[in-house]
Formats: sequence, structure tokens, C-alpha cells
Amino acid sequence: MIEMAVEELVHTYPGGVRALDGVTLKVEAGESVALVGQNGSGKTTLVRHLNGLLRPTSGHVRVGGTDTSGRRVAELASQVGLVFQEPDRQIFAASVRGEVEFGPRNIGLRGEALEAAVRAALEAVGLAGEEATNPYDLGASRRKLLAVASVLAMDTPVLVLDEPTTGQDRVGVARIRQVVADARAAGRTVIAVSHDLRFVADTFERVVVLRAGRVVLDAAPGRAFAAENWETLRGTGLEPPMAAVIANRLGLDSVATEDALVAALASQAA
Amino acid sequence: MLSLEAVSYRYAGAHAPSLFEVSLVLGPGEVVGLVGANEAGKTTTCLVAAGLAPRAMGGALSGQVTVGGRRLADLPPGDVAAVVGIAFASAQLSGICSTVYEEVAFGPMNLGLPRNEVMARTVRALEAVAIPDLAARDPAHLSGGQRQLVVLAGLLAMEPQHLVLDEPTAHLDPAGTGLVGAAITRLAAGGASILIAEQKTDLLAAICGRVVALEQGRVALEGPAESVLADPQLERLGVDPPTSVRLRRLAAAAGVDPSRLEVAA
Repeated sequence: MIEMAVEELVHTYPGGVRALDGVTLKVEAGESVALVGQNGSGKTTLVRHLNGLLRPTSGHVRVGGTDTSGRRVAELASQVGLVFQEPDRQIFAASVRGEVEFGPRNIGLRGEALEAAVRAALEAVGLAGEEATNPYDLGASRRKLLAVASVLAMDTPVLVLDEPTTGQDRVGVARIRQVVADARAAGRTVIAVSHDLRFVADTFERVVVLRAGRVVLDAAPGRAFAAENWETLRGTGLEPPMAAVIANRLGLDSVATEDALVAALASQAA
Repeated sequence: MLSLEAVSYRYAGAHAPSLFEVSLVLGPGEVVGLVGANEAGKTTTCLVAAGLAPRAMGGALSGQVTVGGRRLADLPPGDVAAVVGIAFASAQLSGICSTVYEEVAFGPMNLGLPRNEVMARTVRALEAVAIPDLAARDPAHLSGGQRQLVVLAGLLAMEPQHLVLDEPTAHLDPAGTGLVGAAITRLAAGGASILIAEQKTDLLAAICGRVVALEQGRVALEGPAESVLADPQLERLGVDPPTSVRLRRLAAAAGVDPSRLEVAA
């Protein structure tokens, strides 16, 4: 069980782009948080600080209460697993099995424990049976699921997913939702970047909205997607989920998912 | 006009074909959506329609791919790029331009257009996807979504008459997705034929006249967008129906009057 905290985090890229402009955010152990916001709002820059891939220009990142400055990426990797937006930036092995076992092997798993970690991770993303396949013989969407599996196999207390549903079909999105649900059930902390607000509303208990490198909204989905916040959402390139829009028109409050909308109407009718 | 006639295609080194007898015709001004489960053949269809497969990647193709009545295979590579534009979900930039402006101007410049025309098109394309403020930025320091918008602007600046888009909005926020949809609609109004593979069926419902659903490399459904996107088979084919269709079904299942859930236009 590990909590994450960033304090007054500023990151300026070479060339002067100030991608993060003083972000303060605390994520409790076992919490599931979605980071949303327009393209270029700093979401990816923020999550790359969480496992030390990027270092703060100023401010602090704390993993489990300890400042990450001076801690190596390899050390943080056993605590914070990060799945990249573009899987091809992390896939390197010649087989699916090789890809997934690299991480757990590096942190010392061997024998049956290693087998079990690899098997569970591949089953979670629907790639069991593909162990011998070359990752580049999988389509882009399954390579992304493979990237998820290789991070799941590490069993890190914190799981960070950058745009996990991008390019996934409905089965792939359902798998990702299940991966997040399983991680939450196991008490892991889950942080995801997404533009897919239906996925966010269906899957996460807290929504943090970034705009131009700052946090502009931080609430549970029902509240975050309520009418009072639509202007804030639209100001950062987002549209509230259609379920929330229809619920608002029908006078229902704090309804962000399609299932909740229909359930509310059904109970009205009953 | 872009047309695939009974196209089958097998990747180099693959045991089995990825496409079987796929036929598609895109008339001038037509936007056709391509849907299907992951690995149903959407990207392969895009590669074939844009003339990249087999030319650039080997493999074996049977059937005909024609653009404006000419066989794609007979055109020199430079001409193919001028006739059919293609963009992928994983947006790749040229890597040789030091600003976004130059990156977007790169395509029209290569068409040999006069300087003023290149500049006018570049400005229009940047405005079309709402990124004039990125013009002076170094393309190497863009976010994933910004990179995708720059690639699309570069493609728009070439004003292609045939456009093949493989999940062009994958990394875009809803506002960016809407802008890309509007740009596609404008290009089609100018007579371009556009093929777009997407998981975002709400976008397809808004911009496509027809939709083709693929299943394991074969055409499973084809027809007007509103009927294919509401087809009960769609979910079995691995495709999430548009919001309006989903909500109508949820309402029916819960015994709620579906008219209460009509999505406002």
C-alpha cells in the first residue's frame, strides 16, 4: 500500500515549454484516479515523474512518503509500474513471454513464482497462449495490452496507465476496465491518463482535470461531470459524458455513467 | 474515386492472408468509416488503399486498387503520395523540421507549389485543427495528441483528393476529435474521397455516409452509416455502438421510454 504525492511540481522542457506549472496532488494508497485534460495539458509529463523518468524542475514527488530525488528509476520501478502511451517505446523482447518476464525476473522472481506472475499477467490482458509470439506480429492494440501485462507482472503497489484505452476495441476496453478493477480490489493505487470520459466515469473513483499544467478540478466523477463543471471541462478540450448531459436535462444529479442513468430512470418509473 | 476490387492481401512472411476479397468504392465527396475488432483488418485495408502495401512492405496482393481510375501499382511512388494521403494513429513527424510551421509546410512544399500557396495552405491547416499557437514550437517537444494534430495539419495542407486515415483521433481530446471531424467534412465537401478507420463510432456517426465493418479480414457489414452503426451484430464484431444507439438499448432493457434518452443533436 503506497500513497503518491506531488507538491508544487514544475517541469520545464528544454526549449522552454513549461508543461507543469505547480501541480499539487495527493493520491491515497488504494485510490483510483483518472487524470484528464486537453492535449498538451501536462498529463503525460506528470505521470512520467511518478517513476522518476522525468525529474522536477522544481517541487517534489513522493512515493510512499519518500522524496524520489536521488532515487534511481530502477529502484522506483519496483514500486511504480508505468505503461506508456505508445507501447512501442517500451517493448523490446523477441517474444511475448520474454517481454512479460523481464520485469519480474529483474526484481528477483524465479521458478514457480515467476511462472505464476507471467501467467496471471497474460491472462489478465487476454494474451495467454501467445507466449512464443513475436510482439511485432501482434497488432498495435494487442502490443498495448502486452505493455500492460509486462507492467502487471511486476505487481507494483502503484499502477500508472497512460491512455490505456486508445486504439482498443470494446473487448480491449473491457479488459482494461477489469485490470483496473482487479488492481483496486487488490488494494493497489491506480492512476490513469485518459481522454475517454465514459471509461473514466465507469472505472475511476476520482477525476483530476489538468489545464495548462495546473489542476483545475478534482472530484468524484458524479460531481466532476455535473453541469456546474462543464465550462471547466470544455475549457480544457473535454466534453462531459453524454450520460451526464442527458441526466442533467432530466433533472438527475451526479449521474455520470450510462448504467447509472438508466437505473435512475428505471427506479423513477417503478 | 478510390476503389478496392476483391482485394486479398498477405503480409510478407505471414502464413495466411489478412484481407480476403475486400471490395470498397469511395466516390468523390464520400466519407466511409471502417470499423471492426482489433486485428480485423482495418489497418491493413488502410495500407492497401494508400498504396503502401505491398509496395513499401512486401507481401502479396490480388485484386485491384485504383485511384481516379488509375491502378495504384502503376504509379511512381512520388505520385502515389501526391494522390492519396495517409495518417496513422502513431503519428510520425519528418524529424527534420525545427518548427511545427515548417513541419506542416513540408508536404505542400514537396508538391512543388508556389511559396505563397504553401504559406496560405500552412496557415489554413494550422487553423483547421486549432494549433496556430504551436507554429513556432519544436516538433520534438509536443505531447502525443499535439503531434497527431500536427501530422493531420500537414496532411490537410496537401489538400489530397483521396485520404486514408487510420484512427486519426486516437490520441486526441474530444475538442481535437471534433476539429478533425469538421476538417474531414470540409475536405469531403470539396470533393475528396475519405476512408477513416476508427473505434470512436460517435465520430463516424457524425461524419460518414457509409460504414464498412470487417471481421477477420472480410467485409461483414456494409451500408448507410446509420443502419450499420445500429446493427445488432456490431457488438459481436467487437465494435462499440455510438452513444445514441447504446442508450436506446439500455433504456429498452430497463423498461424506460427510449425517447427520454434521445441525444440532443
